[in-house]
Amino acid sequence: MSVTLDSKVPSGPLEQKWEHHRADSKLINPANKRKFDILVVGSGLAGASAAATLAELGFNVKCFCFQDSSRRAHSIAAQGGINAAKNYQNDGDSVFRLFYDTVKGGDFRSREANVYRLAEVSLAIIDQCVAQGVPFAREYGGLLANRSFGGAQVSRTFYARGQTGQQLLLGAYQALAQQISLGTVRMFPRTEMLDVVVVDGHAKGIVVRDLVSGEISSHAGDTVILATGGYGNVFYLSTNAKGCNVSATYRAYKRGAFFANPCYTQIHPTCIPVAGSYQSKLTLMSESLRNDGRVWVPKQKGDARPPSQIPEEERDYYLERKYPSYGNLAPRDIASRSAKEVCDGGRGVGPGGLGVYLDFSDAINRLGKDVVRERYGNLFDIYHNITNEDAYEVPMRIYPAVHYTMGGLWVDYNLMSNLPGLHVLGEANFSDHGANRLGASALMQGLADGYFVIPYTVGNYLATQMNKKISVDRAEFKATEKEVRDQTMKLLGIKGRKTVTTFHRELGLLMWNKCGMARHADGLKEALRTIPELRQEFWENVNVLGTGQELNQALEHAGRVADFLEFAELMCLDALERNESCGGHFRVEYQTPEGEALRNDDEFCHVAAWQYNGPNSRPIRNTEPLVFESVKLAQRSYK
Amino acid sequence: MNFKLKVWRQNGSSALGEFTGYEAKDIPEEASFLEMLDIVNEELIERKEEPVAFDSDCREGICGMCSLVINGIPHGPGKAKTTCQLYMRRFKNGDTIWVEPFRAAAFPIVRDLVVDRSAFDHVIEAGGYIPVRTGSAPDANAIPIAKTAADLAMEAAACIGCGACVAACPNSSAMLFVAAKVSHLGLLPQGQADRGRRVLGMVRKMDELRFGNCTNHYECEAVCPAEISATFISRLNREYMAAATADALAVG
Repeated sequence: MSVTLDSKVPSGPLEQKWEHHRADSKLINPANKRKFDILVVGSGLAGASAAATLAELGFNVKCFCFQDSSRRAHSIAAQGGINAAKNYQNDGDSVFRLFYDTVKGGDFRSREANVYRLAEVSLAIIDQCVAQGVPFAREYGGLLANRSFGGAQVSRTFYARGQTGQQLLLGAYQALAQQISLGTVRMFPRTEMLDVVVVDGHAKGIVVRDLVSGEISSHAGDTVILATGGYGNVFYLSTNAKGCNVSATYRAYKRGAFFANPCYTQIHPTCIPVAGSYQSKLTLMSESLRNDGRVWVPKQKGDARPPSQIPEEERDYYLERKYPSYGNLAPRDIASRSAKEVCDGGRGVGPGGLGVYLDFSDAINRLGKDVVRERYGNLFDIYHNITNEDAYEVPMRIYPAVHYTMGGLWVDYNLMSNLPGLHVLGEANFSDHGANRLGASALMQGLADGYFVIPYTVGNYLATQMNKKISVDRAEFKATEKEVRDQTMKLLGIKGRKTVTTFHRELGLLMWNKCGMARHADGLKEALRTIPELRQEFWENVNVLGTGQELNQALEHAGRVADFLEFAELMCLDALERNESCGGHFRVEYQTPEGEALRNDDEFCHVAAWQYNGPNSRPIRNTEPLVFESVKLAQRSYK
Repeated sequence: MNFKLKVWRQNGSSALGEFTGYEAKDIPEEASFLEMLDIVNEELIERKEEPVAFDSDCREGICGMCSLVINGIPHGPGKAKTTCQLYMRRFKNGDTIWVEPFRAAAFPIVRDLVVDRSAFDHVIEAGGYIPVRTGSAPDANAIPIAKTAADLAMEAAACIGCGACVAACPNSSAMLFVAAKVSHLGLLPQGQADRGRRVLGMVRKMDELRFGNCTNHYECEAVCPAEISATFISRLNREYMAAATADALAVG
């Protein structure tokens, strides 16, 4: 039985929806706010900004993160920037244009009203961050500087060198620190959420494991907010931090929250190519480099000459050739696919032919080495350190890598999942980026959700929950704790012959090959046969040493990989059922004669929201139709 | 490449620790130091021996979670990098490599190479922020900030909070860490209103949490992955003097 999903998008003209919704939203009076306990899981941009702002409003907040400090959340690694429709450059930007670019960038697979709201609140985010002391780049006149990012023809990206995510996260972390010092937030670092507790159909708590003592315990709250990031590590190799995982959202899914569009994953075009099988992660080179770097490969197949000896006329600047109006700033999905295409055609460079050049020689000639160093110096340093090559002298070699996941738990306009009481923010939800995220939009969404959306919308749920306090003594908590303990004991009891990492690598390779940059029904079906076999082998043959009553990193990893082994199947199923190509989801069967993604708006202009249906049954595919009132669906063109 | 490792093993915070020897065999020179430890750990698990616990997360040098003292140097040899950005090509085949946790009274060992750096969070909580209510900010361009000031603030703000400065200092001082935050916020017009309270709060908390003081060894600056300059410590001292004097006068 499929379910009708109510997005709760307010009626009225697009540009008034959010204003009206705020006016209509329920308020909680200040004396009552302190009676509500809010559990925030995750302390990245979305989690930290939400925890700090909700605490500032007067709610009691508990915030949890698995890292040793809330400042380490993976938002910290975002390099390039954050978009906002400030139009400080006077280059024609507006809220509508940012909205339109984002909807188009997402290949018309996002919810229009959410994206418009995102563009609207982008203005306040920049104000907020500057007031917190985020040291954005400035011009000599003292005003804020901007740069361009993929999928846009205006300069609307604010940045702090190559460390924008770090600076924005530290702003949110410091706001959180202030609230911790005031006693309004209790912080639980090195604490991993292992399940959601559902009481009478509402999310009312979580079960966590203290990663140092191993103690498993419960926390009750009036609402649970998940801001636990994306699931890119299902591919093992990605630009995500090692700890990033799907467990919090996947376990919420198993408790009834719908998982939307899991097949929408973003492969970032500019990463340092894989060097060997021992490799533990991939490193991103910021998209901002494409402002001044030119992407090319040799025209001739198998040309093994060093780049400096390949004359200009024998180079193919394929992005500039194929997409003259956007050139090297074509959106990520398109740039990645183009790189794969030239490499598959035998024109890739570097070891194994899996790389393309990102060349700065023109920029260095035009601007001088010092200007290039000022703009990108830290990225050139990172590149040099990892590859032992000097990108001021030879072009960088780059290749696409898994970077971000647009899919996530389904949420309505209030950012609440179909499971009442469970709110989901940032990368963990599905809402704003459709089938492809534009550069510098993740930071914008994380902070929009945390600073400016959830503080207004959470009242709509909480107002219905007055005097409904629930204690962790209830049977539902004890039962969920027992399930978590049992799974931990089971993992520790197998003592097989293969390490957790071995399984994770195998799964990752399988997903990259079958559900990566290009997908085909045959490959997806094969993956759907292979994943359950791998999962079964995992539960029979994984070797997790040690006990549950101590810091046990292999046990942490094992729990996450166990969830990836189930989630991977859901991803492949979603990819198989979506018989079209859109954004980052490219099904080779569905493409235009020029090799561009071919959408099928008649049949697939909807969100696929998967409903868990028990351990051995196929999940149910629910849909939310996407209605576009203000934009016309068109084939994306960046030519 | 092959290496002989001497790794600090300690089974919990109250246990006694010791160095244990391991062989790291067939390590690719492109591998990072942490990937080398991954390989060693995989072999240990296959031999049913407990793997070495160590912290890491982003593995691209920005999150500040990885640590380690390698051959006596926090984050190992080389300038301006974290342990995750240290590559094995920097070592010679056959080298013996000593691996220890960051050591400081304020950073108790949790297990093996993992330490508890929550003291840093508590120092930030004591004032390392600009109090600004969400939604109350003026337009971002309302206050122009000289590029030189913004750039200098960014130099200080680049601190990743890893704690190498403390581990390197003979006094286990957190002065570079505190100086970076006090300078970052104090250099900006937005940070003026709370400037005195910030520096007093942070310095007092730093003392309370058993971090030592600065006696100008410059070891912190030498190991800092974010290249935070020790000149910020002079700035911290000036800020502290001014705030402490004003505070004393106000108290009378």
